[in-house]
Amino acid sequence: MSTEQIPALRLENIVKTFPGVRALDGVSFTVMPGEVHALMGENGAGKSTLMKVLGGIHQPNEGQIFIEEQPTVMNSPLDAKAKGVVFIHQELSLADELPVAENVYLGELPRKSFGRVDWSKLHADTDEILKRLNVGFGPKDLVGDLSIANKQMVEIARALTVDAKAVIFDEPTASLTDAEKSVLFEVIEDLKSRGVGIVYISHRMEEIFRISDRVSVLRDGQYRGTLETADTNEDEVTQLMIGRSLDLSRNVQHGELGAVALEVRNLSCGNLYQDISFQVREGEVVGFYGLVGAGRTEIAETLFGLRDPTAGTILLDGKETTIHSPIDAIGAGISLVPEDRKGQGLVLGMNCRDNMTLPQVDDMTAGPFVSDGAEVAIFDQYRDKLEIKTPGWKQLVGNLSGGNQQKIVIGKWLSMHPRVLIVDEPTRGIDVGSKSEIHKLIRELAGQGYAVIVISSEMPEVLHVSDRIIAMFHGRITRTFTSDEVTEDNLVQAISGITPEQGAA
Amino acid sequence: MQKSVLKNHAKEGAIWGFIVLELIFFGIAGEYMSMTETAFLAPDNMILLLKQSAPLGIIALGMTIVMINGNIDLSVGATFALCAIVMLDSMTWPILAPLGDWAIPFAWGLALLTGMLMGLINGLIVWKTGVDAFIVTLGAMLGFRGLVFMYNGEQPTFHLNWTMVDIAESAPLGIPLPILVFAVCIAVVWWIMNRTVHGRNAYAIGDNREAAVNAGIKVGPHMVWNYVLIGFLAALSSITFYSESGSVNPNDGMLYELWIITAVVLGGTKLTGGRGSIIATVGGILAIQLMRKGLGFIGADTAMVNLVIGSILIAVLYLDRQLNRKGEEELKI
Amino acid sequence: MADTTLKSVGGFLARQGILVAFAVFMIGFALANERFVDIDNILGVIRSSAILGVMALGVTFVVISGNLDLSVGSMMSFSTIVVLDLHDKIGPELAIPAMFGMTLALGALIGFLVGYLRLNSLIVTLGMLSAIHGLTLTYSGGKNMDIDDKQGTWFGFFGQDEVLGMPVPILIFVLLAAVLTMLLAKTPFGRKVYAVGGNGVAATFSGIPRARTVFFCYIISSFCVATAGLIQASRSLGSQNTVGQGLELEVLAAVILGGASLLGGSGTVIKTVIGVLILGFIQNGLLLIGLEFYFQYVVTWAIIILAVWLDIAVKRGHLWSPIA
Repeated sequence: MSTEQIPALRLENIVKTFPGVRALDGVSFTVMPGEVHALMGENGAGKSTLMKVLGGIHQPNEGQIFIEEQPTVMNSPLDAKAKGVVFIHQELSLADELPVAENVYLGELPRKSFGRVDWSKLHADTDEILKRLNVGFGPKDLVGDLSIANKQMVEIARALTVDAKAVIFDEPTASLTDAEKSVLFEVIEDLKSRGVGIVYISHRMEEIFRISDRVSVLRDGQYRGTLETADTNEDEVTQLMIGRSLDLSRNVQHGELGAVALEVRNLSCGNLYQDISFQVREGEVVGFYGLVGAGRTEIAETLFGLRDPTAGTILLDGKETTIHSPIDAIGAGISLVPEDRKGQGLVLGMNCRDNMTLPQVDDMTAGPFVSDGAEVAIFDQYRDKLEIKTPGWKQLVGNLSGGNQQKIVIGKWLSMHPRVLIVDEPTRGIDVGSKSEIHKLIRELAGQGYAVIVISSEMPEVLHVSDRIIAMFHGRITRTFTSDEVTEDNLVQAISGITPEQGAA
Repeated sequence: MQKSVLKNHAKEGAIWGFIVLELIFFGIAGEYMSMTETAFLAPDNMILLLKQSAPLGIIALGMTIVMINGNIDLSVGATFALCAIVMLDSMTWPILAPLGDWAIPFAWGLALLTGMLMGLINGLIVWKTGVDAFIVTLGAMLGFRGLVFMYNGEQPTFHLNWTMVDIAESAPLGIPLPILVFAVCIAVVWWIMNRTVHGRNAYAIGDNREAAVNAGIKVGPHMVWNYVLIGFLAALSSITFYSESGSVNPNDGMLYELWIITAVVLGGTKLTGGRGSIIATVGGILAIQLMRKGLGFIGADTAMVNLVIGSILIAVLYLDRQLNRKGEEELKI
Repeated sequence: MADTTLKSVGGFLARQGILVAFAVFMIGFALANERFVDIDNILGVIRSSAILGVMALGVTFVVISGNLDLSVGSMMSFSTIVVLDLHDKIGPELAIPAMFGMTLALGALIGFLVGYLRLNSLIVTLGMLSAIHGLTLTYSGGKNMDIDDKQGTWFGFFGQDEVLGMPVPILIFVLLAAVLTMLLAKTPFGRKVYAVGGNGVAATFSGIPRARTVFFCYIISSFCVATAGLIQASRSLGSQNTVGQGLELEVLAAVILGGASLLGGSGTVIKTVIGVLILGFIQNGLLLIGLEFYFQYVVTWAIIILAVWLDIAVKRGHLWSPIA
């Protein structure tokens, strides 16, 4: 990077406030041409808001965006693209029923007379871009038939239709296999060599250190600094990311372990996961760690009766149990706090109390009617116990913060007094303060004798709350660690399939 | 990789397979059960069938466009009747009446303008208010019907112009005019949806509206154009039908929307938008029409036709769902 | 346009908008024609709205559960024809339960298809609209149905008689509305209906039997349809076999006017009753000021769109849709 180069993209002192929240508080950020600049931060640190400002979805309250040192206002995602800032989204925004070419040139189909599409130009141009990306599909293939990795390539191809100054990758590897990742990294290298500035948003340290030149860190909406990747290490970045406000030390408090509450023997479900066996004792927190798609959530869904296993047995308190529906699971004392809080955990248009008492509404009756008093009593009890901050039970749950929403879901199940509590991604999209509260809560629950399963994609979280950690890779358990023997290294290896079976792709 | 392409082709083919089955069934059953001397598959009978398919078919083309776009139009039956009234009545207006037969093109033009205006109203409301198309056009179904009644009360409107009847009953090259109109509409609408930027954008909008918005596609104007188009087609259908009969009742066209949606869904168009084929919709219309004629031919009454078509619609929905299942691994939600 | 003003004024209007519109219409009509507020007139309106109203009560459950029911019109024709036919064959005492049984069986079939098989309710009920119409025509042989001895039967009670000065159709409507309000607002079942319609996935993840809940919504709907058919048959003691044709969309209009969202999860029985009454009083008011019945179609069109638009505008804080 020579000093006389001008930055491809520069953000200066961006401030963005929402009612009651200062989502971005003076963020500055520079991307040079031909540089991969990683942007890191916890969920809720302000990355997505920053990207929305950059993409013209939000307008900043203060601050300025420069493209090649020209002050620029982004009016819309389209405007941003026209000005050379292109996004590769995490949630793919493709039309599945349409062929690749039409997706690549979505909104910009080449025209002939009478509003006709110029198909030959469309296919030729698309073909050229696809050749550059070296992909195994053609302009006429249907996007719906492509793998997720290939769909991402279509998104990238879209970026290449304009003279991009900067390309922003938002968690691009979230659902890619290792082989697919390598292809992606080659593409990024290619863009780099063409002098495009790359912003790379990811949670995964190993990727950041593999491909980035510099790392900038956001925390609580504030810019925390930029590090040269070559001169730093994971600890330093982590430190910047989480500061000292979040205690993510290794779990040391082991409660009294009771009898085996849940045992799973040789459980399989088609291609999703195979031959899963483990035990959870009363008072124990077992962490499931693995990449997205490793089969962790699917196991939870099976235990909760949302999937039928194709083989294997589930034992509760030593007795074999068949679970075909959530109702069976709840009856057997298994509860699930699902990973998608808004989609699966809550009815957002309902109030706090009704959400919390939903699974037991049949039991809260006086005569044929729901008993208001009994419901409010339950709500009050768990609001106090979990310190849920809400103006009152009539508040619609959609109006609460992520942390309080999650506590409503947890309260929903605790009020049912389950034997086994499964928590899938307990702190996804939750601010740092609430995170540690929820971690504390999980430990407390174990202390009270619940058998707890925690599924998480965040290693510090798994290390922090678990007594034992089960590592998964491609639908199989690769290794089980006690909290004494686990290290970050051997955990990463276990979830990458490196041990015990060397060389699994 | 080609799996779902094949599946889509299979689905599009299914409706034609079904039509062939119908033809075989009624062809054979007709031999034994028919009251008449002529065979079901006789060319005259088939041409009549095509001719009778045209009015619903022309509107169904428009419905396919609107549904591909991710919307729906429940008001087409009322638009159909309204356009007929405007066409027939306008020929008696002091301005047009003295023109004699030259009033016909003006009357047709006015009917087409009326249809497009009704579509424009629906489209603008859907676009500008953001109210769900189902609700907007449900309201319009009542509203437009109200306009129909307001025009001439509960009396039928009629105006017989023999020249117009002659045109409507003409058969250039031996093919009745309604069939030709239908065929031209199929070709033009197919061309719009498969060859023009507007058509392709309509697919994209129905498939993933957010992506279309982000890609800068002007979603609103596209939706409005599609409503104008279905209004135009409803008017055209009205013209082909009422030029011949010359008389319209204020209740005409009621429940047309339901028959049309049935045909479009039988043709495999997705209710949520993004997928649909003009040609398969034609198949859907023909399948329904064959069923109506065929059952009538072998002596079953309209009751049986309703029963059978309703059941087939549900069966098709069920089969489609079963085809798309993921098998034993599926999440049970 | 100041969005905050829109929000506060509009917020009030949206919450009470239907009542405000209702009040404005009532006052307007009352000023235009004093017969409008005559108690006999008011009872007459409610009485003639009762059939539509009873059907709308049931459809409210279906809509809140996130589904549609377009089959209620032809199902009502079916009930009416069946009960009239059986009246002469097995007597009214047996005809009524038999008709309810058959109508509930149709409701159960739809409930099974939509609830357990998870088929799209719009298409299923569209198909059933056609199929039930066919069933009715087959049953009646395409003929209209009449009770032979119209003087000698007590069957006219449900449609024609009065109890304590109140027409029986009104009593049935009020009673059913009261029971269903309690069911929807106060019982565990009602809570489940809202949960399933509000977020079916989350309801499943909370152990709510989604299929069964939807199934029973259709059972309730068909029960209401059977009741409406009973009133209809009893009122006229004879009927065409298309008596309910087109009612499905008017019923839906009333439910939407009452503020239920087609996406499910919102709406109440009381609001639906208000929606039904608005339609009924507008029709009556327009007739009283000398306009033909079909003017109500145009007015209803405007009201439905304005009501839903206002509701959406307040939620998004902008009058106009942000779509480009």
